[in-house]
Amino acid sequence: MSLRSPLGKVIGRGSAKQGVSHWWGQRLSAVALAFLGLWFVLQVTGLNAYDYDSVRAWIGSGVTPVLLVQLIAALAWHSALGVQVVLEDYVHAKAIKLAALVASIFFHVFVAVAGSYAVLRIAFTTT
Amino acid sequence: MAEFRLPENSRINKHGKVHKAPTGATRVRTFKVYRYDPHGGENPRVDTFEIDMDNCGPMVLDALIKIKNEIDPSLTFRRSCREGICGSCAMNIDGTNTLACTKSCDEVKGEVKIYPLPHMPVVKDLVPDLTQFYAQYASVKPWLQSRTPAPPDRERLQAPEEQEKIDRPSACILCACCSTSCPSYWWNGDRYLGPAALLAAYRWIIDSRDEATGERLDALEDPFKLYRCHTIMNCTEACPKDLNPAKAIAEIKKMMVERSHT
Repeated sequence: MSLRSPLGKVIGRGSAKQGVSHWWGQRLSAVALAFLGLWFVLQVTGLNAYDYDSVRAWIGSGVTPVLLVQLIAALAWHSALGVQVVLEDYVHAKAIKLAALVASIFFHVFVAVAGSYAVLRIAFTTT
Repeated sequence: MAEFRLPENSRINKHGKVHKAPTGATRVRTFKVYRYDPHGGENPRVDTFEIDMDNCGPMVLDALIKIKNEIDPSLTFRRSCREGICGSCAMNIDGTNTLACTKSCDEVKGEVKIYPLPHMPVVKDLVPDLTQFYAQYASVKPWLQSRTPAPPDRERLQAPEEQEKIDRPSACILCACCSTSCPSYWWNGDRYLGPAALLAAYRWIIDSRDEATGERLDALEDPFKLYRCHTIMNCTEACPKDLNPAKAIAEIKKMMVERSHT
């Protein structure tokens, strides 16, 4: 039991003075994903063939790898921000919450780097 | 994790006491009312009251008062103005948070189910503990803050269009229907200020006479205090005064972004 005043509890440690960049990042990445996602769907549906060599050639051609890396980055960023909010909303046990938040960041960075590396490797090895 | 089931001692016994309608009653409505006595040592239960509507006023509050006066004087609820301006009789009726005094029984089909405002500690029956809710309101400093002294001979002036902006948000009666309808407030009510407090904050942020706009925005810029709002809109849906807390929160977020990113 605490005898701290209700107002004291509500004020707590005060404002973290952050949150607006997170909110802005969610919107920015969403707009980026709308454009990049549309581009991706149009490109993939417009491919002549879906065998290994054709898709590999497409990934390595022209501006495709540049936009693919951006798509992967925007996707990972947007997902990282979203998963963070879900964890903050629903996970209340302190230790589990911290572990989950850290794991989420590591996972998203890993996915972003691995995806980008795969695209670039194809781009740099396609003749 | 967030708790999705009620704690063991809060689970509701659906088979409470049944109070039958008097014989000869023709227009009978059934009211299912949540009951909890903190000193009884029993889990909450739902009591059934059959009311003869020919001898009862039209509003849900009329039925509750009739039950208290004529059937079970131990039934506990808050009420005062009976015209939707004091906000005392906010409760969950037919699954929606609203004021019992302005909710007509005719609007409800079938049994009239009456519960206290959701996800708040219950003091007794339909009386929720609103201590935290009021503290959240107090935390946004809901008063004029100005460094410019007031004119000695008259009030601080405001253009009609400036007044118009605060007209609606000022009409909030702090009934807590909005905050207690918000899932984000349910899961994180200890850190998220909730729609009612944020609507009050907005009312002062946009007040042309107030000079603490920056400090007010600073105090709200927090992942929990403000940004737990995920635009679910239950608040606006529930507001018995037809106010729009969801829009007020969106406007605050817009002001935040405008001052730091554009």
